[in-house]
Amino acid sequence: MSRKTLLNSKDIEIILHRLACELIENHNDFSNTVLIGLQPRGSYLAQRLAELLKKEYHIKNLELGLLDITFYRDDFRRKDTPLAAETSEMNFLIEDKKVVIIDDVLFSGRSIRAALSAIQSYGRPKNIELLVLIDRRFSRHLPIQPNYKGRQVDAINEERVLVTWKETHKKDAVFIELA
Amino acid sequence: MSELSVEHLLGIKYLKPNDIDVIFKTADHFKEVINRPIKKVPSLRDITIANLFFENSTRTKLSFELAEKRLSADVINFSANQSSVKKGETLIDTVNNILAMKVDIVVMRHGNVGAGVFLSKHVNAKIINAGDGTHEHPTQALLDSYSIREKLGTVKGKKIVIIGDVLHSRVALSNIFALQLQGAEVKVCGPTTLIPKYISSLGVQVETDLKKALEWCDVANVLRVQHERMDIKYFPSTREYTQLFGINQEILDNLGKKIVIMHPGPINRGVEITSDVADSNDSIILNQVENGVAVRMAVIYLLAQQIKR
Repeated sequence: MSRKTLLNSKDIEIILHRLACELIENHNDFSNTVLIGLQPRGSYLAQRLAELLKKEYHIKNLELGLLDITFYRDDFRRKDTPLAAETSEMNFLIEDKKVVIIDDVLFSGRSIRAALSAIQSYGRPKNIELLVLIDRRFSRHLPIQPNYKGRQVDAINEERVLVTWKETHKKDAVFIELA
Repeated sequence: MSELSVEHLLGIKYLKPNDIDVIFKTADHFKEVINRPIKKVPSLRDITIANLFFENSTRTKLSFELAEKRLSADVINFSANQSSVKKGETLIDTVNNILAMKVDIVVMRHGNVGAGVFLSKHVNAKIINAGDGTHEHPTQALLDSYSIREKLGTVKGKKIVIIGDVLHSRVALSNIFALQLQGAEVKVCGPTTLIPKYISSLGVQVETDLKKALEWCDVANVLRVQHERMDIKYFPSTREYTQLFGINQEILDNLGKKIVIMHPGPINRGVEITSDVADSNDSIILNQVENGVAVRMAVIYLLAQQIKR
């Protein structure tokens, strides 16, 4: 297995600041906006961005939810391994709010499709945007595109893009692995 | 491990400790789901479930039906008193006719002990036992344990006394299996005529003094006196039963500690439990009902996951 580093921690820090600024450009003080990280892997990015917005950009009252989409996936009973859910932490309603879905890697788009359904259980949002750290643009199964992206990657299907965070893997990095 | 070790839910005695863990973790997620504004997930869109109730039921049937609908399954309901069973059709014929309509899961309540096990050997569907005679009622025991876990943090090491008509109670037997599987201590308390002889072989102690039983326990699970199953007189009068084994606020106040009060319903108010106890803050009777939906969603979801496409 070969592994190549795509982004190191410095690259990721710069990208996080840029994404935070892009969000501020469109959402001002976030008074009518909620951020929703997709469990499990999108939550790290969402929590990091929320922290950055609060500490470095002085956004107060930022609402952050963590959403599990397992029960909305389209591959139930189609895999050998069971689909195990994670906890959802959504302590607010999204009726008439602007929602930003946050995930680490956009690949087939199926998780985002599931997230779009899941989010409606919490009300009818004003609109929904998508933010991803890595956009694998040649692997989409559905017509879904991000509004904010950290880096576009033209990885081929056999390659795997792996994002690690210092909270869980000691350092921030993005790798491309070829099995 | 996030899979069940069994293919059907026929009784708690067929489960392993990990199965209960998996069911409870999944139920935690569904409990969050059923507290959303829209309490429905699309997972079981392509699954059809038949609820076959050969015995009367209100809350179990409603709870199962709601659980199935919140998972987006298609549901058909069947009650024996309005069916061809009265015309002499056998159980296997009845069920096979229903399965011919492409049903994937059967939820069955039946008056005969072992009806679910029998059916699982003869028909091609997942079977969930919703009560078979005086034998087992596994989803009730699961939701009881789940409610204890929610209230006290864990079931392990807790002392639970089951009070009342243990002889006729499938809830008691399933509860004993479930609680012991999770490392709880179980006693039963009631008139000796309503305590089955085999009970000591299950490692369950009998306490005939209600006050001592309550002083010992963390949780009291109070059973209904099942008049409809009593073919002979098991105690002289309801009034005498209430005086010896009925739970009232005065008894609880004199314990010097708080205990959790449970009841699987339906309650005979003023017989096995007084209204002030049933409606008090120590009672988790309505939590049991809410948790019933989440736990049944978990069981159905986990079994449906095993169905091959």
